[in-house]
Amino acid sequence: MTVGVAGGSASDRHALYDLFAAYGALIDAADFDAWLALFAATCTYHIMPQENYQQGLPAALVYCDSRGMLEDRIRALREANKYNIHTDRHLIGLPRLIGADGDAKLVEVPFAVCQTDQEGETRLFATGLYRDRVVVEAGGLKFRDKLVLLDTFAVPSLLATPL
Amino acid sequence: MLTAAIWPSLDYSRVPYRLYHDPEAYQREQEGVFRGPTWNFLGLEAEIPNPGDFRTTYVGDTPVIVNRDANGTIHALVNRCAHRGAMVRREMSGNASEHTCIYHQWCYGLDGRLHSIPFRRGIRGKGGLDPGFDMAAHGLRKLQVGSVNGALFGTLADDVEPLEDYLGPPVLAQLRRLFERPVTILGYNRQRIRANWKLYAENTRDNYHASLLHEFLVTFGLDRSTQVGGVKMDARHRHNITWAEAESDTAELAQEAYGAAQVRSNYLSLKEPELVRFRRERADALNIAITSVFPSAVFVQISNSLAVRQIRPRGVDEVEIFQTMLGYADDPPDLTLHRLRQANLVGPAGLVSMEDGEAIEIAHRGSKPDCEDTTVIELGGAGVISDRDYRVTDVPLRGFWSYYAELLGIEPAGAVR
Repeated sequence: MTVGVAGGSASDRHALYDLFAAYGALIDAADFDAWLALFAATCTYHIMPQENYQQGLPAALVYCDSRGMLEDRIRALREANKYNIHTDRHLIGLPRLIGADGDAKLVEVPFAVCQTDQEGETRLFATGLYRDRVVVEAGGLKFRDKLVLLDTFAVPSLLATPL
Repeated sequence: MLTAAIWPSLDYSRVPYRLYHDPEAYQREQEGVFRGPTWNFLGLEAEIPNPGDFRTTYVGDTPVIVNRDANGTIHALVNRCAHRGAMVRREMSGNASEHTCIYHQWCYGLDGRLHSIPFRRGIRGKGGLDPGFDMAAHGLRKLQVGSVNGALFGTLADDVEPLEDYLGPPVLAQLRRLFERPVTILGYNRQRIRANWKLYAENTRDNYHASLLHEFLVTFGLDRSTQVGGVKMDARHRHNITWAEAESDTAELAQEAYGAAQVRSNYLSLKEPELVRFRRERADALNIAITSVFPSAVFVQISNSLAVRQIRPRGVDEVEIFQTMLGYADDPPDLTLHRLRQANLVGPAGLVSMEDGEAIEIAHRGSKPDCEDTTVIELGGAGVISDRDYRVTDVPLRGFWSYYAELLGIEPAGAVR
């Protein structure tokens, strides 16, 4: 069986691996400025429960339909929100190119996020699927639209740091 | 054994931590509160618009099916086969003409009546049920159902006051306000908090914490305790409405009350200030209206985001918050978008609600080791339980406990109500 792949040269693929590796590592390091720099100048970011997505319901847990809203989220996280003290660990699977939309590549990537509390106890926090539109901008790959489809839609405790 | 002697005071200004942790309290709540003479939120008529539509939910620990029959009548049924106790409906939602248990295929109508039993007469005259088996006595147990403009409530008790009396005029008015027009479902969210359910029920009645814990409210100018607002209860003080009016204070008053260090005056400094902009939709100026209906429903308006939360106990140490996000069926597209954006404020990732998950988890963890110690509930004063036209108060928590004590049969003689 051959697996159809849209526009996937080896170098394209390596660039995507680098993008997703950086994406997870920067959240886990709480380096949100560098993380925001992985998004295009015009971008969206949504965390959507599978429960809603499968029923075609539009409400999301995090709904940022502009870069400004995403930046406001990060600012609120730093300046106002209080949450469980923890570190994140993103375990990101292999990107799967599923097609193209104009100049954007459509990419699906499974992920898991574990959270570790201050006493060293780790729990599985979430699994899900990134469904992204990735573009080349300023010489690098950037996320234009990031949709985080959340399998674990019974959110354990609360959701503060990005997925 | 829990008795009235558990209370150190007659005004519920001291609540023993034991009531959040004792498995006996949990069991007695299931009997006295959830299966007792209370009306529990089940869902919305808008979620089951067509004949055969069903959803599954809970009343306390009891699994429940809510469905609409071929005539359009809504029934709520305990989701438990009369044969072996299996859950008859396993799906969250769907459309069906009957409910058949997978275990032995006992089949029930949408009104709960037992329709058929496989091999009832046996095979070739052998096996099966006795001819005298009473089909009519083995249906799915029915709940009484009531509706306020499409918000469905059910009760497992036989002897209970009518729904409208149970809610009382102020709560009824709030529900009729929220459901004044047909609603549409924008989506759901769920949160599993490692804390006793009553800590969440208290949290929604606690006006004092709002602008202190949820710093976003004040930092970004959405809501301040200096706004005109307060708490309003039913006559029995078991329900509560926490309310506030938009643009009803001044920046100067807020600075004075919070102290310069606390108000950082970042008002409207967001890149997308629409997130906190209140679009007035009604003649009244309410931009915060949080209506807690005993025991487990919360109807929420925060700015233009609208929701119903169902508090689902999941054992003594865990609670699920199941939230349904709402709009109106006749909302123009730009208002729907505004509500979807403002949904960022509420829910497990809510900019003004995520903290509740952490706050009640640390309250649960911190209180567990010393169950004979107590909370202090005295904001707005101890003693009489009554409405307040100010916001720095937690009096409605004492109303919650007063009714809770009555239902569990542990109300001390001479206690306030």
